[in-house]
Amino acid sequence: MISNADQIFVLLQHWLVSFLPAALQPVAAVLLSVVGIVAVFPTLFALAVWMERKGLGRIQNRLGPNRVGPFGLLQPIADGIKSLTKEDIVPLSADAVVHFMAPVVLVVVVFMGIAVLPIGRNMTLVSMDSGLLFFFAMGASTELSVFMAGWSSRNKYSLLGAMRGVAQMISYEVPLLMSSVAVVMITGSLSLDKIVAAQNQYTSGLPHWYIFTPWGLAGFVMFAIAATAETNRSPFDLPEGESELVAGYFTEYSGFKFALFFLGEYVGMLSISGLGTTLFLGGWSAPLSILGVVPSWIWFFAKVMLSICVFIWVRGTLPRMRQDQLMNFAWKFVLPLTLLNLFVAALWRILGDGWQRWVVCSAILLLAYGLMARIGMYREHIGPRKYRYAE
Amino acid sequence: MLGEGILKGLAETARNFAGSFVSADRLTTVQYPEQRIAPIEATRDFPFLVYDGADWEAGLRCVACQICEKECPPQCIYIVKSKDKKPDYVGKMQIYPARFDIDISVCMSCQICVEVCPFEAIKMDTEFELSTTDRFGGLLHDRKALAKSNEHYHKIHPTEASEVDARLAEEKAKAEAKAKAVAAAAAAKAAAPAGTPAAAPAKPAPSAIDAAVKPVAGETKA
Repeated sequence: MISNADQIFVLLQHWLVSFLPAALQPVAAVLLSVVGIVAVFPTLFALAVWMERKGLGRIQNRLGPNRVGPFGLLQPIADGIKSLTKEDIVPLSADAVVHFMAPVVLVVVVFMGIAVLPIGRNMTLVSMDSGLLFFFAMGASTELSVFMAGWSSRNKYSLLGAMRGVAQMISYEVPLLMSSVAVVMITGSLSLDKIVAAQNQYTSGLPHWYIFTPWGLAGFVMFAIAATAETNRSPFDLPEGESELVAGYFTEYSGFKFALFFLGEYVGMLSISGLGTTLFLGGWSAPLSILGVVPSWIWFFAKVMLSICVFIWVRGTLPRMRQDQLMNFAWKFVLPLTLLNLFVAALWRILGDGWQRWVVCSAILLLAYGLMARIGMYREHIGPRKYRYAE
Repeated sequence: MLGEGILKGLAETARNFAGSFVSADRLTTVQYPEQRIAPIEATRDFPFLVYDGADWEAGLRCVACQICEKECPPQCIYIVKSKDKKPDYVGKMQIYPARFDIDISVCMSCQICVEVCPFEAIKMDTEFELSTTDRFGGLLHDRKALAKSNEHYHKIHPTEASEVDARLAEEKAKAEAKAKAVAAAAAAKAAAPAGTPAAAPAKPAPSAIDAAVKPVAGETKA
């Protein structure tokens, strides 16, 4: 079942490490994996940027970048060279140290999160028992970087962007965590390896992914919404709303520091997609048991890139929300539903195998969705704006 | 139902995405340096100076009246009057611009200079590929760079240029007729009392042209 192609990177690592003395081997093995991750994810970042620019172009009936290389594929490299050669400007009144640290903190923290993701069979860099917790701890640290950038720039746009960013990220951190807790309740473990292993089972060829259960589907939708907000993606891109705040918290960044923010944002997107994949889409497991011959890491990256495509699709579709809509949506709609989802997940476990739990859980969730849509969202005047004085 | 609009929107963008690969007429992109579309006739960006004939220096219509320089809102025109004179299109001796500079980095393409010019000497160009590596000298156009032939004007704004030409021809004809009448009158006058000096027919011509040009200037100023 486990082919050589599946384990190619693991075998390669073992082979390379075997040349070293035994005392150095553990350190060297970790370093090799780190190099792998630091090489692969920025490459995917470049690919994601290219896909985004091409995809958004097509959505708007444009061509997108098509000058540098075939189909504009070398555009990210050109952009990288450009940002390296640009002048690095630090505002005179900025707090230079914090200003410098902010993008570094962002990139470091984002890569730390990737460390616990199982990107293939036996391919977790740090196989932690509390991997999920670690991931969220790292994810929450990106807020620190956002605020460092906004505060140290001494610029009103930066500060406003950072304020918005922190408010938004903290608000959506809660539903993000709550929707993941349902998975932990069912699996009974915080270890991402065990969560994937629990989903890597097949009944008559079909996988046991959590998205194929009522609570899993609801949880996945909530997770996707919260993840979009957490990564500051459209329609939740208020912190960097370019029509209002120039670029938000990284207004005062130029050159390679700006590129680092860009990198951090996209790698953050990749890592949160990786987490969503791990929690709900079966991680590296194949969608059909017969497709198990395809290496597991291909499945993981395919699912991640598919999520990125959805991110791009949503960005090309939805306009930016208002700050009050954003907060209403988080606290009055997403959070209550995720809390309910915890209850439904518990019910799913209690009811045991059988068709009853499908009916009960689906009914509760659908009913709640309908009700929440009515009372949570519609009572607020979301819709045509009413003017009291200007008629 | 909540979320219905989002799904509709997603379907719409998906249709656009797929459609742009299938139907070519969805894509409006023009691959600019290779493909070009002719600018529409009303296009304008920066002013140029019209000259008649083959020699740009001799044929410049501008008489350095400095009206445009004074009216220019961002003050991007700089004119130095000449010391000597040269004949204009009707043959009258006029001063000409010894220097005529337009800083196109300052120009805001408002066309006010064109509207105030009584001599149809300054018009709007359609040339937009003006990028330069020298941001001071390269964007300060002197009169040689600004001088463009009437044929060029006809090419970029045909309708407008024909109107201008008709107007100028009419004025010229009027001036010539007037000069001829004055000359004839002077000749008749000279013939009747034979005692007057022979210099008379040469003298009235300039004043006749002056009279012909003046109303135009007055009209634009008002």
